[in-house]
Amino acid sequence: MECDARTEGDFTVISLQGEVDLHFSPRAREIILKHLQQKQHVLVDLSAVDYIDSSGVASLVEGFQHARTNTLKFALVGVSDAAMQILQLSRLDKVFPIFVGIDDAATQL
Amino acid sequence: MNKTPDSDYAIEVTDLCAHYGTRQILFDVNLNVHQGEIMVIMGGSGSGKSTLLRHLLALNIPTSGQIKLLGKDITKISDKEMFKLRKDMGVAFQGGALFGSMTVGENVILPLREHTALDENTMRIMCRMKMEVVDLADFEDLMPSELSGGMIKRAALARAIIMDPKLLFFDEPSAGLDPVAAVELDELILRLRQAMNMTIVVVTHELESAFKIADRITVLDKGRTLITDTVENVRNADNPRIQSLLHRLPRDDAIDADEYLARLTSM
Repeated sequence: MECDARTEGDFTVISLQGEVDLHFSPRAREIILKHLQQKQHVLVDLSAVDYIDSSGVASLVEGFQHARTNTLKFALVGVSDAAMQILQLSRLDKVFPIFVGIDDAATQL
Repeated sequence: MNKTPDSDYAIEVTDLCAHYGTRQILFDVNLNVHQGEIMVIMGGSGSGKSTLLRHLLALNIPTSGQIKLLGKDITKISDKEMFKLRKDMGVAFQGGALFGSMTVGENVILPLREHTALDENTMRIMCRMKMEVVDLADFEDLMPSELSGGMIKRAALARAIIMDPKLLFFDEPSAGLDPVAAVELDELILRLRQAMNMTIVVVTHELESAFKIADRITVLDKGRTLITDTVENVRNADNPRIQSLLHRLPRDDAIDADEYLARLTSM
């Protein structure tokens, strides 16, 4: 998995790439929580994710919950088909704010 | 997701023979299961399907033959490699095999505690996600003895998939369930395959369930493979034993009088 974070307007965009599995989800979790703890609004870009397992999704859930508790903005953008199938399995596609792209998220959040 | 090395097959069984003591149970069984395929193993009582499943799970050692899971020959790999391979395998046993002294949630989360060093929050969320998937949200604090039969099967499935295994084995998912619960479980198996591209082996003698979920079916009879083929081809097979299984007809095998008498009278 690769993971980079950049600033776009009011948001920190965290891009996850490749396979977000048991080995790499702890790092994704750490990065997402770090930026939220710094009171940044976060968009997680999943467009380059080939595979995400339950531990990866759990990291996103924890990030979203942290954002809600601290009145920060949090959304998923560019969710790949593979990632969407996993979200749908546990109906999390109806829980997360999900946007096609960063611009959509920035204007609608 | 990682591809199986060297082969599109997630499971390869070659000339598998198995005995319990001196009694031979499986005779040269061959079975290949593609990555992402749902293979249903069918057969009457005593046909050897549970024995085959136990061998696929590496719980029994074959007398001869080869079993490859995700490209690894489980009859030859070291205990360490087998331990690693088991992390890619999920099993939902017929009776659930939940630990009676642990809550449902503790049962479901157990593989994560044993096999990972994930953060406690991550493990708890993963556990609750799986409980949502099997429609058991809010039941995590109950004891297994407080669950119905269908709920036990779903809890066992939640535990089986908690590690997002590449291989899922499910023994008699529909047995003993009411028709609605059975259909819901079948739907869930199909959704799991679609979302997670799991390779799934289901042992069942429930015809309706088998026809609904299977990509292919293998029919065992007296320890031998009668057919391994698509649902359509199994339905249309002209083998009388397959037809009697499909139409729930009692077996009407010829009896060898000498053998039969010997069984009754030998000392």
